[in-house]
Amino acid sequence: MNPLIDRRWLARALAAAGAAVLAGCDQIAESPQAAKVLQTAEGVNRRVQRLLQHRTALAPEFTAADISPVFKPNGETEPQNPDYLALLANDFADYRLKIDGLVEHPLSLSLDQLRAAPSRTQITRHDCVEGWSCIGQWKGARLGPILQRAGLKPAARYLVFHCFDEWDGPPGVGTPYYESIDLVDAFHPQTILAYELNGQTVPMANGAPLRLRVERQLGYKHAKYIRRIEAVDSLASIGGGRGGYWPDRGYDWYAGI
Amino acid sequence: MPRPDRALPNGKIAVYRHPLAIRLTHWLNVLALLVMLTSGLQIFNAHPALYFGKAANFDHPVMAMGARDDGHGGLIGVTRLAGREYVTTGLFGVSKVEGQPTERAFPTWITLPPTQDLATARLWHFFFAWVFAINGALYLAYGLIRRHIQRDLWPTGAELRHIGGAIVEHARLRFPKGEAARRYNVLQKLSYLIVVLGLLPLMILTGMTMSPGLDAAFPWLLDLFGGRQSARTVHFITATAIVLFVLVHLVMVVAAGLVNEMRSMITGRYVIDAPAPAPPAPEPGASA
Repeated sequence: MNPLIDRRWLARALAAAGAAVLAGCDQIAESPQAAKVLQTAEGVNRRVQRLLQHRTALAPEFTAADISPVFKPNGETEPQNPDYLALLANDFADYRLKIDGLVEHPLSLSLDQLRAAPSRTQITRHDCVEGWSCIGQWKGARLGPILQRAGLKPAARYLVFHCFDEWDGPPGVGTPYYESIDLVDAFHPQTILAYELNGQTVPMANGAPLRLRVERQLGYKHAKYIRRIEAVDSLASIGGGRGGYWPDRGYDWYAGI
Repeated sequence: MPRPDRALPNGKIAVYRHPLAIRLTHWLNVLALLVMLTSGLQIFNAHPALYFGKAANFDHPVMAMGARDDGHGGLIGVTRLAGREYVTTGLFGVSKVEGQPTERAFPTWITLPPTQDLATARLWHFFFAWVFAINGALYLAYGLIRRHIQRDLWPTGAELRHIGGAIVEHARLRFPKGEAARRYNVLQKLSYLIVVLGLLPLMILTGMTMSPGLDAAFPWLLDLFGGRQSARTVHFITATAIVLFVLVHLVMVVAAGLVNEMRSMITGRYVIDAPAPAPPAPEPGASA
């Protein structure tokens, strides 16, 4: 047999075998059964981190010298939802944050009312799930006191953030972004509804007029363009049931890692 | 538990080299490191650039992989390292996905999952991080309590003084076959110590530093590594060092005798040459 043909055949066989292994790898790696098993680590991570952290342990804060020259926006940067555009046209003067669900007193707050609420200013690091970080100074209304005003009902366990930015579809019919946190993070002192970034009103790309800061978790938890906050007893009926737009697409709901 | 030597029919001796706990933790570690490496490279692909400091200085990465147009509708893979640019088409920056040259940092054949998927890679990485950490803790506990680390890995002063000779012997791929093969040589001891007490714990610490949740619990982690982005870079460099160690380790296993080495890490038994027969004892009464 011609050794050259032989070698070519061998190379082809090896390439085919390699492709088969890769395809098999892909199938196992992406299988829902594997995902179910692997997702058990998320619950372990949440419990272990909560055990190691004090309930109110602060995320590290930085100095003005550490602030990143550009706070990189990610995800949606120019929402096209008609309601959002109408509010934007009037510089958000008619914006009202709705707080409802399992609360005693549903609230509807203007930006002026939010600015008058107990606030916190913090220079913190924003960690994207992709791996990069930016440091910025955020000022916003502390979520804890606002929730006390609304009066959470005893059954309330999570807060769901409903947003203006829409995904996977044209404006007005796409899926509005959504995220959720539990009450430990909701009442954490650094958890704020931010209306200022680096001393200016929050730019559109970074979530104007109001975005969440939940500093002990990754960037996708920090919902931008917040429209409504809903207190719920379970996440099962929210979106795909895992409590957030990205969690419903395979990412951890608890994003402390 | 030390077990007695077993004499083989061919005159050699099968010594009991690796206790069960060491063999189990070794192979579990192989599995965990393989998954962590491949899923880690997939995670890196989501933002293929490394920085030093607290935050990302996007314009000045220490290392970055990307693609650039070749002017004829094709793509050139580019790796930037310490201010210099290298063309790495086919391997880093641009490689084939289903036959098509595609912009991606590490190629499909070394990432888990092979196709671009950050969410799934994170699931694998953080599940096997627990396997890796628990397995490593069990190994260390066993190694210290049973004095495996102190007795078998910690080099003696005499060994360190004669390290030059050991390097020469090793470079010539000359390995002891007889009684001396019962123990690790000084280079093995040092490299294993650096891996189990240095590189592997460093992977865990730098990994923890990247977690915003753990940074709130242990802010000193950030001071230790000079910020989250530095920790991410050290994580990558340390992983590279572990890959280099594994490559050398595999070459040495083959050079020292693939079958014998593999058998010893599977069954525990390692075959050495019997000592040369002792000189005949003097006849009684012949001295005097």
